[in-house]
Amino acid sequence: MTAPATSGAAAETILRVSGLRTQFGAEVIHDNLELTIERGEILGIVGGSGSGKSVLLRAMVGLIRPAAGQITVLGKDITALNDAARAALQKRIGVLFQDGALFSSQTVAQNIMLPLAEHTDLPPALRLEIAELKINMVGLPPDAANKYPSELSGGMRKRAGLARALALDPEILFLDEPTAGLDPIGAAAFDQLIGELRQALNLTVIMVTHDLDSLGAICDRIAVLLDKRVKVGTMQSLRQDTEPWIHEYFHGPRARAALDHIAGVDDQR
Amino acid sequence: MSTDAGTAGDIGTVDSRREGDLWRIVLGGQWTVAAAAGIDRALKALPAIPNHRVTVDMAQVSALDTAGAWLVWRTISALKDQGIETELISASPAHTSLIDTVARNAVKCPEPPPRRNAFVSMIDRVGSATFAVLYEARDLINFLGLVVIVLGRSIVRPSRIRLTPLIFHIEQSGLNAIPIVGLISFLIGVVLAFQGAEQLAKFGVEIFTVNIVASGVLREMGVLLTAIILAGRSGSAFTAQIGTMKVNEEIDAMRTIGLDPMEVLVLPRMWAMVICLPLLAFFANMMGLLGGAIMATTALDITFFQFARQLASATTLWTFWIGIIKAPMFGFIIGLVGCYEGLRVSGSAESVGMRTTRSVVESIFLVIILDALFSILFAELGI
Repeated sequence: MTAPATSGAAAETILRVSGLRTQFGAEVIHDNLELTIERGEILGIVGGSGSGKSVLLRAMVGLIRPAAGQITVLGKDITALNDAARAALQKRIGVLFQDGALFSSQTVAQNIMLPLAEHTDLPPALRLEIAELKINMVGLPPDAANKYPSELSGGMRKRAGLARALALDPEILFLDEPTAGLDPIGAAAFDQLIGELRQALNLTVIMVTHDLDSLGAICDRIAVLLDKRVKVGTMQSLRQDTEPWIHEYFHGPRARAALDHIAGVDDQR
Repeated sequence: MSTDAGTAGDIGTVDSRREGDLWRIVLGGQWTVAAAAGIDRALKALPAIPNHRVTVDMAQVSALDTAGAWLVWRTISALKDQGIETELISASPAHTSLIDTVARNAVKCPEPPPRRNAFVSMIDRVGSATFAVLYEARDLINFLGLVVIVLGRSIVRPSRIRLTPLIFHIEQSGLNAIPIVGLISFLIGVVLAFQGAEQLAKFGVEIFTVNIVASGVLREMGVLLTAIILAGRSGSAFTAQIGTMKVNEEIDAMRTIGLDPMEVLVLPRMWAMVICLPLLAFFANMMGLLGGAIMATTALDITFFQFARQLASATTLWTFWIGIIKAPMFGFIIGLVGCYEGLRVSGSAESVGMRTTRSVVESIFLVIILDALFSILFAELGI
């Protein structure tokens, strides 16, 4: 299952979207969208408001049924799975929703233990030990374990949601705007955490984000949603792109402030 | 000793043997969360280790995740705690780094607060619930005062009433409730007539069924049922609407713009209820009598003319007014509780649901209490 982390191993496609078309009523969100994600990389998905970033994420985790096309996650086409196979696949992916989406009637520890109780036969004591481990790994203070989601700050809820997403040691982690609503220090710490967890757990991370700092700091590649398709590139290659929206995105005043320390050098050439 | 753990496909193994004064624990297979239950059992079944030196050999471990790494670390640190010299050997760099990560994060979380004695916590709950009810009553009376002031102001200066929302709420709470109120009242008229006739037939005075229907529907059932339906239909809607606005910070936005939520949200709803409930209650009375009349003329041997004559002799104008007088008060209570609970919503969507439930229960409760008080009052007055 979880192969040991070895960077530089032959690239293995872990998720492939081909010919994806999603639509709500007559409104087409994505049309003939192609995207390939390799094991171990961190992919950032960006795009204007309403371009369908979250819809793409939801389609990839199987919450939305595409109108056409295939989404192959870990070698299985999620649009054509029966319930049992889908449940087996869900164990191997983790999703962090925007505000954590913690179950409000349960404490943080209970939230994290829930997938363990549902999908494994671990004894309760071991479930609790693993939940406590995840709480510490995502950087929550130990006393957060017995708190309810309503007693946590937004940043802590996101960390707790991340701990729940990591409960079963997934191979792919989906993040929906992980740093939205966090202060800059919290956002930077969250980026760093994602990077560390990727290293330690050999995760593949797919994140929808608006945060240019995150894109620059931890994303290996960036997928820009534009005209119902995606354009994938690295920060450097996209900065050279002449498409007006992409140019504006990576050269606007905010982008300059965020990115100049990363890639500013090649701009001045 | 060798123990297989887990099910086919996800197997982690623990094997231990003695080599001179060294005890060797050999781990193998898949050390992942899927196999962790079996591994945990196998580790617990390890014999007590007599030696002072142990090596844990990870050479044969093919996969390791955080759950597996936790089990490795937990085993090693338990041995070290017993004063046994323990060494981890043949772990791949990736496995070592994962175990190090786990070791750094192995901080015990505090125990959840212990559950209290059931008897003590029951008493505690009764006590705090009693106080909660009293505080709630106090706050509701506070709100009542506020509403009376706002309503009074609107009577003195009717231009303060916002016409569009008022009409909207009259349509929502009044007009749209006509079918359901009519149907239920009609059926209650039928039921009263049928039950009354069955009992009175024993005395041969079936004609008095009309008296039962008339006073039952006009004095009590018509207005009470209308109030209960509106509490469920409109009181709950008020709470949910205002509560959702509260969650969205719309109420705060209103205040910053200089709009008074009492005037913008509460006033039109209160007026709509006070206006609609008497009208609906009148309609309910008519439908209840119609139900009784149809039952009497079809199933009983009472002609429509007999029904009408008996109705005229059994009722005075007061029978009718006793029901209708109560209606605006019930409307007032339903609007009051609905708006109050809506404004009490705090922050979360969960609280909207809780307050909505409470709004319905509270307003029906208060309506019935008020109805009982009216019954006593009218009995004392002899009408």
